[in-house]
Amino acid sequence: MFHDADALLLARIQFGFTISFHFIFPSFSIGLASYLAVLEALWLRTGKPVYLDLYKYWLKIFAVVFAMGVVSGIVMSYQFGTNWAVFSDRAGPVIGPLMAYEVLTAFFLEAGFLGVMLFGMRKVGRRLHFFATLMVAIGTFISAFWILSVNSWMQTPTGHTMNADGQFVPAAGWLPIIFNPSFPYRLVHTVIAAYLTTALVVGAAGAWHLLRDSQHEHARKMFSMAMWMAALVAPVQIFVGDQHGLNTLEHQPAKVMAMEGHFRSHPEGAPLILFGIPNDEEQRMEHALEIPRLGSLILKHDLDAPVAGLDTIAPGNRPPVEVVFWSFRVMVGLGTLMLILGACSLLARFAGKLYEWRWLKRFAVLMGPAGFIAVIAGWITTEVGRQPFTVYGLLRTAESASPLAAPAVGASLVAFVIVYFTVFGLGSGYLLKLMSRAPQPHEPEPANAPSHAAGIMPAPALAAARQEGNHG
Amino acid sequence: MADPALTMVWAGILAFAVFMYVVMDGFDLGIGILFSTIKVGRERDTAMNSIAPVWDGNETWLVLGGGGLMAAFPLAYAVIMSALYAPLIAMLLALVFRGVAFEFRWRDPAHRAFWDLAFTGGSFIAALTQGIMLGALLQGVEVQGRAYAGGWWDWLTPFSLLTGASVVIGYALLGTCWLNWKTSDGTQAHARRMMRVLAPLTLAAILAVSLATPYLGNEYFQRWFSMPRVLFTAQVPLVIAILTWRFVRSLRRNHELAPFVITIAVFGLSFVGLGISMYPYLVPNSITLDAAAAPASSQAFMLVGAAVLVPLILAYTAWSYWVFRGKVEHEGYH
Repeated sequence: MFHDADALLLARIQFGFTISFHFIFPSFSIGLASYLAVLEALWLRTGKPVYLDLYKYWLKIFAVVFAMGVVSGIVMSYQFGTNWAVFSDRAGPVIGPLMAYEVLTAFFLEAGFLGVMLFGMRKVGRRLHFFATLMVAIGTFISAFWILSVNSWMQTPTGHTMNADGQFVPAAGWLPIIFNPSFPYRLVHTVIAAYLTTALVVGAAGAWHLLRDSQHEHARKMFSMAMWMAALVAPVQIFVGDQHGLNTLEHQPAKVMAMEGHFRSHPEGAPLILFGIPNDEEQRMEHALEIPRLGSLILKHDLDAPVAGLDTIAPGNRPPVEVVFWSFRVMVGLGTLMLILGACSLLARFAGKLYEWRWLKRFAVLMGPAGFIAVIAGWITTEVGRQPFTVYGLLRTAESASPLAAPAVGASLVAFVIVYFTVFGLGSGYLLKLMSRAPQPHEPEPANAPSHAAGIMPAPALAAARQEGNHG
Repeated sequence: MADPALTMVWAGILAFAVFMYVVMDGFDLGIGILFSTIKVGRERDTAMNSIAPVWDGNETWLVLGGGGLMAAFPLAYAVIMSALYAPLIAMLLALVFRGVAFEFRWRDPAHRAFWDLAFTGGSFIAALTQGIMLGALLQGVEVQGRAYAGGWWDWLTPFSLLTGASVVIGYALLGTCWLNWKTSDGTQAHARRMMRVLAPLTLAAILAVSLATPYLGNEYFQRWFSMPRVLFTAQVPLVIAILTWRFVRSLRRNHELAPFVITIAVFGLSFVGLGISMYPYLVPNSITLDAAAAPASSQAFMLVGAAVLVPLILAYTAWSYWVFRGKVEHEGYH
């Protein structure tokens, strides 16, 4: 009656679906919280109204993003138990405390200060309000710290031993667990990705409004700030990504083989496969377009270095190449486009044409969603590349699931798909609507805001605070 | 591996987290449950605004409850979450609707009625499923080895429906008490009217659950009525009776804060009652606290953090409530 394999597949789809949706929001809110902190700091320092207007503008967007991040995040904290009970039981003593620390150090900090950040400026004064913004921004970073430590431990488990019940338990101290080998790379790569994602959204919004009015002061300011971020951070990200890849090569070679499409070993120098059609069933690359020896140069920094392929990995331990190969190319391709966008903006800036070149603005608008797609593609690369394990090399995905019945998981999956597409689809629509309106001097309440918002809309409070600031 | 003293400490911390959640999100959800009875316009906006700055923090206690359970009692987390699969997923989806409604109803005036309905429906289903899960846990779940072994509809029984309805009623009462304290004029008057209905209903619900629980088996009868335990356990209904009298008096005198505090105290006593029923089990009759406990090294590592951070969290949470103290205004900052 029950098909275990179906139930497992459905549970995997459900986890992948819910976490991909969830990941979109923090990758925006981590960057946006920091951007808001920067804007408020600049306003406090310079007193220029443009920063306050931009702060108010992006704060409304942040509130919507954050709410969607919270509700989709709570689902994740329970889904380990509902769908991955065996994993929870066995890995709980190691990853549970790290997640508990995430709640204690990050979630409460964000939630505790969010109310003041959104609604409290009139009530607490400017410096305390800035402190609240700062706490929310720091909270988002701390959250990334812990949850990426958990994820990294699942990728490169260290510092544990096994008890009589088959549970992973800490061997000695906690530092080897928290700072497991892939964690520093993953943390830096992911947090920079969040900053880039935000910069691209801010840049796209700025460019969109500049296309209508190239003199618009606020649009110019945010476009310029975003293009600085893209120009400076995209190359850093590509460097960090390369380092992360080398770290993966050391600890999870099979994942890199799948990313590179190396089914076969190349004892005397591996090609770089640019494109091709991976065939997992026959374990070979079809219609490959490749550059000889370049693969060895990139992975081993030596043209003739031998590179092992998936044929050196036991058949039961190979990740699905079809997914990883392509998701990796999507991420790298978008990263390259980000680099080009940043470079073009530098060119335009030094030519004194940053706000004039229409093609640059159009390019920036098109790149608005690129960060999200790259983040999800990167996530798929690292997660699917870890298969068939949940705890790499130690606990198989097939052995991690709850005692599942396919109909129950199927029904919940359908419910998640319907609810998420409806709710977050509408939410994304609201975000676009907010962004489609240009920020204005004395940034007023949006036209759709109620006249008696009683603290829901921070705009009047901030406007009042600014007037106080100008007078005082 | 596990340390009994540490295990008790963690049982206490998690019980505290769950109780914080029940009280704090209890009044949020209660306002949501009553939302469709509140007049559209100023009164609804006021009710919403009274919790908008704090709901996120309140809900975080639920995440601490779940995350903490996984960390301190991973076996119980694994078994309970799979046993309660359907109501748990329903609760999570309901909380999605409830949570986004806070923002979305302001962003989309054309569909405010829809988001208000999502707010009410989400709050109602979240409360109902939380109550159902409580009942399903109390009546016991089937465990084999280290895994849930029951069916997918085991959670649905008359008893779990009773606890589900009870939690809905109790949360609604908490919500009215909060509105009575934090709002004025029409919203407050409405809350007071609802309180007069919900308070006796809550009492009846507590009574019904208390009477039904000992007959579920699972040694609940002995834990309540065996000598000399009964001398201690009898204090619970006794104090609830006294609090009921105080509640009625505070209603008559139109007190604003007192009904809220008394209701929290009644919730607290009911919570103690649950503790009496369940101890020393975490999953009744199958998994004790000690059997589910994570190794001492895991619990100790978290305790260091919790000892410092929980007081800190309570401090800045209190500060955040303090910032938004007093009655919620209609007109805001104009």
